[in-house]
Amino acid sequence: MAVCHHGSVPTATPVTADPALVDDLEQESVTVPATPWVTVVWNDPVNLMSYVTYVFCEHFGYSRKKAEKLMMEVHRDGRSVVSTGTREEMERDVQAMHEYGLWATLQKAD
Amino acid sequence: MSGFAWHRRSGRVFASFSGFEADLLRSLEQQLVELLRNESAVPDDRDPLEAMLDFSGPTTAPDDPVLARLFPTAYEADEEAAAEFRRFTEGGLRDGKARAACAVIDALEEAGLPPQLEEDGLVIDVELEKAEAQTWLRSFNDVRLALATRLGVEEDDEDRWAAMDDEDPRVQAYDIYQWVGYLQETLVGSLGRA
Repeated sequence: MAVCHHGSVPTATPVTADPALVDDLEQESVTVPATPWVTVVWNDPVNLMSYVTYVFCEHFGYSRKKAEKLMMEVHRDGRSVVSTGTREEMERDVQAMHEYGLWATLQKAD
Repeated sequence: MSGFAWHRRSGRVFASFSGFEADLLRSLEQQLVELLRNESAVPDDRDPLEAMLDFSGPTTAPDDPVLARLFPTAYEADEEAAAEFRRFTEGGLRDGKARAACAVIDALEEAGLPPQLEEDGLVIDVELEKAEAQTWLRSFNDVRLALATRLGVEEDDEDRWAAMDDEDPRVQAYDIYQWVGYLQETLVGSLGRA
């Protein structure tokens, strides 16, 4: 099926949809493997706390409060999981973090 | 200088540098560009034929510690995935960082920084749109990562630097590192309001 082959986002169902197609779509969204991946940002002695917070707001669209909480986790615990999703999504996030100069890795969620 | 400030009416970010400061910033950004463009990306120990046929991108972490920090290994426990990730991302990341550094250099020169700084009392006023200011912000961070890696800056080591002999060349480099940090801090602050 051409629609929604990643399946994680169910598309809006048109009122006139063929019931068989709707079934199909629903089934597909259930069969998507739910192995989440995570992006981890690691502490380093260089990045400013204000900058790290700014990056989390800017890239992930997080509220200032959430961004500061994650930044403090990085600072205090040495690392923090900053996003969760498919492996492809996490690769994009890690690449973006590297663009910003943050030290990030991805891995399967625990 | 007083760092960057956000101007409410124009929605832009401003800073005023002395000729010396602008020249110093340019030189740091130039060094970054040279490192990103000249340093060979791959220490290659593969079969020569295999290596020759693979021109898509590096697969192992750079030898230079600064480059290794700028382009960290994305998968800690999976060498193959890490190599693939690097192959597809490092080239683009390098270009992006070099372009950002060049944008800073160009803006300083457009603002009046001559190729060779000679006159005293020169003032370089820069005025940045939000997107330009974000580029500067990222590039300042890259410069700080580079300086800190060369200097071996560690968490909470301010006392070690303070105790060092003023004649030590590392002290001067550390002061520059701190200064770029100050610039970056004021730039984040003004962007946070933009």
